[in-house]
Amino acid sequence: MPDTIPFRAQNVRMGSSSGQPLTRRDGFLKVTGAATYAADNHPENLLHAVVAVSTIARGRVASLDVDAAKAHPGVVEVITPANRIPLALDPDVKVGLFGFRIEALQDDRVRYANQPIALVVAETLEAATEGVRLLAPRYDVEQTRISFGDGEAFEPVAVAFGSPPVAAVGDLGAGLAAASHRVEASYVTPAQYHNAMEPHAMVASWDGDRLTLDTPNQAIVLSRAAFAAYFGIPAENVLLRSPFLGGGFGSKAIMNGPYILCILAARMLGRPVKMVLPRAQMFGPVGHRGATRQTLRLGTDADGRLTALEHDAVATTSSFDDFLEPAANASLNLYASPTIVARHHGLRLDIGTPGPMRAPGEASGSAALESAMDEAALACGLDPLEFRLRNYAENDPASGKPFSAKSLRECYAQGAEAFGWAGRALEPCRMRDEAGQLVGWGMGSAIFHAPMFQAEARATLRADGTALVETAGADMGQGAWTALAQIAADGLGLDIDKIEFRSGSSDLPDGGVAGGSGHTATAGSALHNAGTDVISKLTELAVNDRDSPLFGAGNAGVDARHGRLYHRDDEARSESYQSILARAGLTNLEGNGRGGRDPASAEQRAMFSHGAVFAEVKVDPDLGQVKATRLVGAFAAGRIINPKLARSQLYGGMIWGISFALHEEALHDRRTGRPMNADLAGYHIPVHADIPDMEVLLIDEVDPYVNGLGIKGVGEIGITGTVGAIANAIWHATGVRARRFPIRIEDIIVG
Amino acid sequence: MNLFEYIRPASTAEAVTAASEPGAAYLAGGTNLLDLMKVGAIHPGRLVDVTRLPGLDRIEQLADGGMRIGAMVRNADIARDPIFAKAYPSVAEALLSGASPQLRNAATVGGNLLQRTRCAYFQDAASACNRRDPGAGCDAREGENRAHAVLGWSQSCIATHPSDFCVPLVALDAVVEIEGPNGGREVPLEEFHLLPGTTPERENVLGAGELITGLRLPADASGFRSHARYLKLRERTSFAFALVSAAAALRIEGETIRAARLALGGVAAKPWRARAAEALLTGAKPDAEIFAGAAEVALAEARPSGDNAYKIELAKRLVKRAFLLAAAGTPERVPALPASVFVSDTGVPTHA
Ligand SMILES: Cc1cc2nc3c(=O)[nH]c(=O)nc-3n(C[C@H](O)[C@H](O)[C@H](O)COP(=O)(O)OP(=O)(O)OC[C@H]3O[C@@H](n4cnc5c(N)ncnc54)[C@H](O)[C@@H]3O)c2cc1C
Ligand code: SF4
Repeated sequence: MPDTIPFRAQNVRMGSSSGQPLTRRDGFLKVTGAATYAADNHPENLLHAVVAVSTIARGRVASLDVDAAKAHPGVVEVITPANRIPLALDPDVKVGLFGFRIEALQDDRVRYANQPIALVVAETLEAATEGVRLLAPRYDVEQTRISFGDGEAFEPVAVAFGSPPVAAVGDLGAGLAAASHRVEASYVTPAQYHNAMEPHAMVASWDGDRLTLDTPNQAIVLSRAAFAAYFGIPAENVLLRSPFLGGGFGSKAIMNGPYILCILAARMLGRPVKMVLPRAQMFGPVGHRGATRQTLRLGTDADGRLTALEHDAVATTSSFDDFLEPAANASLNLYASPTIVARHHGLRLDIGTPGPMRAPGEASGSAALESAMDEAALACGLDPLEFRLRNYAENDPASGKPFSAKSLRECYAQGAEAFGWAGRALEPCRMRDEAGQLVGWGMGSAIFHAPMFQAEARATLRADGTALVETAGADMGQGAWTALAQIAADGLGLDIDKIEFRSGSSDLPDGGVAGGSGHTATAGSALHNAGTDVISKLTELAVNDRDSPLFGAGNAGVDARHGRLYHRDDEARSESYQSILARAGLTNLEGNGRGGRDPASAEQRAMFSHGAVFAEVKVDPDLGQVKATRLVGAFAAGRIINPKLARSQLYGGMIWGISFALHEEALHDRRTGRPMNADLAGYHIPVHADIPDMEVLLIDEVDPYVNGLGIKGVGEIGITGTVGAIANAIWHATGVRARRFPIRIEDIIVG
Repeated sequence: MNLFEYIRPASTAEAVTAASEPGAAYLAGGTNLLDLMKVGAIHPGRLVDVTRLPGLDRIEQLADGGMRIGAMVRNADIARDPIFAKAYPSVAEALLSGASPQLRNAATVGGNLLQRTRCAYFQDAASACNRRDPGAGCDAREGENRAHAVLGWSQSCIATHPSDFCVPLVALDAVVEIEGPNGGREVPLEEFHLLPGTTPERENVLGAGELITGLRLPADASGFRSHARYLKLRERTSFAFALVSAAAALRIEGETIRAARLALGGVAAKPWRARAAEALLTGAKPDAEIFAGAAEVALAEARPSGDNAYKIELAKRLVKRAFLLAAAGTPERVPALPASVFVSDTGVPTHA
């Protein structure tokens, strides 16, 4: 497998940096401890804040022993609904598209366990922690609703961020009636909490009406405006610095109550305040993947072609806000069927409001869809891969539009080849290893939409031939600092070591959201355009200057590379950037660029990344313990800027798929609603020993429509497909169908 | 105020005196004690740091052929001691199947024996727990209890003892050495931990101020070294507590089992010795049928305490497997995934 992705003429021509498997430029800082995360900031005069959280899930705070807490040495202030200064915005109002209702001590109501009910601020972390304990809250407790059986059902007006709750094409009744085989199956997916390695953290300092925030954030400029709105100051007054994030997974793109309280404390007390959420408080106020119960009905004809696909999802949300995991929408764009219905219902529970978590909807929806497809393949007597090929969608089933590019067939073919899928027995329980363990193979299709947001960037070419490029992007560990710099270098026709890349701060041009797998495409486009803007200005100078070897070359007749402009018809005629600037008497030359989707192509094409995941598991026949032993994923996601980083993202997604299938689940006590495994000893994610031999294949794909650079995304797609592939492999090994995730030993031994 | 005293005594006698005060606790590796203090489940008023007491950090061979381990020896050091691992391979395997390398480097013998239950309600200060707060009630009874006890539990408490180390130790008749205000005494490990009954707060036989100073393995325990295994079922391949575990050991002469040992972990508030099963095996031919019979006997008294009936069947199957593996012979070296069902370099088919 070549490490360098070859140049493709259909998109914008890229230079020498894009396609290179560069190592993360921030890696050295991170492994040497030199990278400063939010909590590493210690401004002078710093106070420490600890959030007191509720131990009940529904009711009211009846009393808090504020006096006891305040009497503790070192405690400076206890902030409660009784004394907190007003906010410019009602926390129960949603701000902007990504807004959520938050808990910022607006009243004494408790709406979920681990909700903030007070903030203790002290000279030391220890004093603040002890102050919280001394508050000894008492509650008026109301009956908790925490499980599918006792929630309050409702019909939502939207799922996720404003998507329609129901999408339908064709006549479902007719499609089901026409089927010669019908499969109906239900699946439950649990609540999962993001749990990035770096917990949510903030250092907030006020200087008059200016606010500086050191805090990890996935949407820096957007969040700056949201923070400003709560405090009634102009967005420009907020400086949000987020150079390094220890993971985000969607949780750090959204507003939460503890952050507002930290800023509020700094304002009330006139001193900088630091707040770091302990691991247990990551289970509540900062979002999660909501539990779902999904039911699929698939009809197929005698040839194994879908006649109907119905995906019905009950998505859980909080009692006071809506974020419904758009799980059923996973069925809209993948398989051809004359009729597809995706439908969502809501269920209110006494939990914190869910939010976007890596592949929101796609992850849980794909788990169910790919499992159901496996059942349908069996009903038709077809190999699961053959069944998917028979139902290959040439156009987007939901909209009928052509795909901007779709290379799923190649993914299937190359993935199956690399895995050795051919010859797999249709029936379960046919394979054992030399030790007698049951062996099973399963597969799933992967799909993720290729959105773009809005981003801006600035490039400044300097007299010495180096350039400064700037955009407020977010590097959560995915490698944005590296991939974006590669694109920026190519936009400027400079080698990457001539680029100074600044990112991660809200005083830079808006880098958009690091979410939806659209960051590289969006911020990358802005950076590339800023570079081309500089080059066209530079070209203008050169071709109009009699003293330049490029004089008269005309705008179209110049190539920029390695810091020189070349006459396109005569390579011997060239001039360095330095000398063009020097002769023009310029110390620098600035260009600007924007990134965003071309509305016309969005109107005409459906845009998705695709992939195929093949899994092997071993299962102890008597004892039911499962181990994934082999995973192969083949993914086509447009132009790959950095194959090393892209592979890492895909590995990470597939590992999360293992976690989803076999490990991850928040256990809420059914009476109190408290998460009972809110630490990393109890909330299982895979450890090294759970990670099998993995292979990621990057399938070459040219997408002429998705954007000028031909870039899709790789951040989330790896989870999709993988969960189903593992569940299907378990069935193939044991004959047991997963009805809930994670799949546990007792599910297998009891059957 | 949650201020506590920290004392670092110079001798065992000083330690015992310091810890005899109400509210005092011994601090060893701290991997369990400090976590529980941080989450607010326990609030000792005084910590007596015993990690630097002289003479408690040695592994010694005894004149009678047994071995003695000082209470402060780190879990990792026992497992890595070649003489110890050769004599008591299932103990080494159990140790290496527990926690993570970092924790094993910190955790001590004494601390491992005295680690508290992982019952989530015990760890959660806001829950009712008879073990933490006698008479408060037991929130686990109607709560998340799929990993709780199936043997020896009571209406008051259904928690399990989480240690891996203790399981083969109980099977091999280990003896706990104790120093206290009234001098020294010895207690067989099998009798050291207590079942909950109506007093779940009494977790073991230690009285106020009593300090574990060491652990002894009798000479005849190494007679099982050729046929001793520890097997642990868990929800990920490593770094997870046992749902159920079993230490099985056999002394086989020719075609006959001369002696058998069996203890189970993760099933009760103490490491569970199954003597009736041992008796059934003694004198029998080592085969799948008799091992299945032993498993039935071992779990004969088991009852679910919540959503955990599956653990009974699982424990039976695990016992049978552990004996099959033990009969096939102790592997030359501890498997790469210790105590895992996924490593079988013994050639024993898992579906026998
Ligand atoms: C994430 C995690 C995973 C784990 N996984 C496993 C696992 O899979 N299997 C397993 O077996 N264990 C596991 N453990 C538990 C671990 O083995 C124990 O925490 C450890 O053995 C405790 O030893 P320590 O020396 O740190 O004890 P400490 O935490 O210092 O003390 C524990 C208790 O013992 C008392 N104590 C300590 N020494 C003495 C003494 N000499 N005399 C009298 N009292 C004493 C203390 O007062 C305290 O009550 C895990 C722990 C963690 C945190
Ligand atoms: S099972 Fe025991 S430890 Fe758990 S809550 Fe009940 S009494 Fe406490």
